[in-house]
Amino acid sequence: MKARVTVTLKPGVLDPQGAAIAQALGGLGFTGVQGVRQGKLIEIDLAEGDAATARAEVEAMCEKLLANTVIETYAVEIA
Amino acid sequence: MKAAVVVFPGANCDRDLAVALRAAGFDVAMHWWKDAGLPQGLDVVGLPGGFSFGDYLRCGAIAARAPAMDGVRAHAARGGLVLGICNGFQALIEAGLLPGALMRNAGLRFVCRTVGLETAGRSPFTHGVPPTLRLPVAHHDGCFVADDETLARLKGEGRVAFRYAPGENPNGSMDDIAGVLSENRRVLGLMPHPERAADPALGPADGAALFAALAGAGAGAPA
Repeated sequence: MKARVTVTLKPGVLDPQGAAIAQALGGLGFTGVQGVRQGKLIEIDLAEGDAATARAEVEAMCEKLLANTVIETYAVEIA
Repeated sequence: MKAAVVVFPGANCDRDLAVALRAAGFDVAMHWWKDAGLPQGLDVVGLPGGFSFGDYLRCGAIAARAPAMDGVRAHAARGGLVLGICNGFQALIEAGLLPGALMRNAGLRFVCRTVGLETAGRSPFTHGVPPTLRLPVAHHDGCFVADDETLARLKGEGRVAFRYAPGENPNGSMDDIAGVLSENRRVLGLMPHPERAADPALGPADGAALFAALAGAGAGAPA
């Protein structure tokens, strides 16, 4: 199975990189940009064949390493 | 007095830290990150600055899960002294040994200069350290953040060890925080580099006072 983990900063946590991207987009003429938040995408190939077990395993990975839950949240997609 | 410096791949201040600790009177062992068990009878464990594991994922995140950190946790749990500098501070936070988080500098730039600091908290690391000093910083991810409750606790318990002097905050850290202490005040993480300013032959040596404080604490510590 494949897992896609999206890690993003929690709402309210200052994201200077997102702010810089928003400013750059404005500079390129994209005037409608009201906010940008930058995150990261992690793709994982898993030997596990059962979706529920795979999800539990990837959520454990997120808690232990992939996300810093002090400042970040994560979402897991299994396919 | 015995100290160990944990060496991670990508660390680049490990030898500077060892030199500063030796100059203060410590026997220093360099400890490889893959070895879980630290040497016996240590007074101090140092986590050096650098770019452990290439800063991949998050700064200090992979170092914080290295086998040697089991030994560091056990040392801290026994009340041993732990000093994490720059990337070592990031690793201590990622390991959960210190609160909060260290994020990308507010100005987005890598900052490399000498900054003014104020010694704020009482601890084995700051005993005898002057109220103001100047130390180099060199980091891209040193913006200390914490939720309101954690910040209030740190301030209320006097666990902010160092603050950037007014107007000299290089990274946007909340409350100008440059270094924080654990609850028992025996684990210190700080972004500035005292080991890079510890030898008068190489310029200002304000950082030497911190290692002298550690030596005093180590000498008085139970074996």
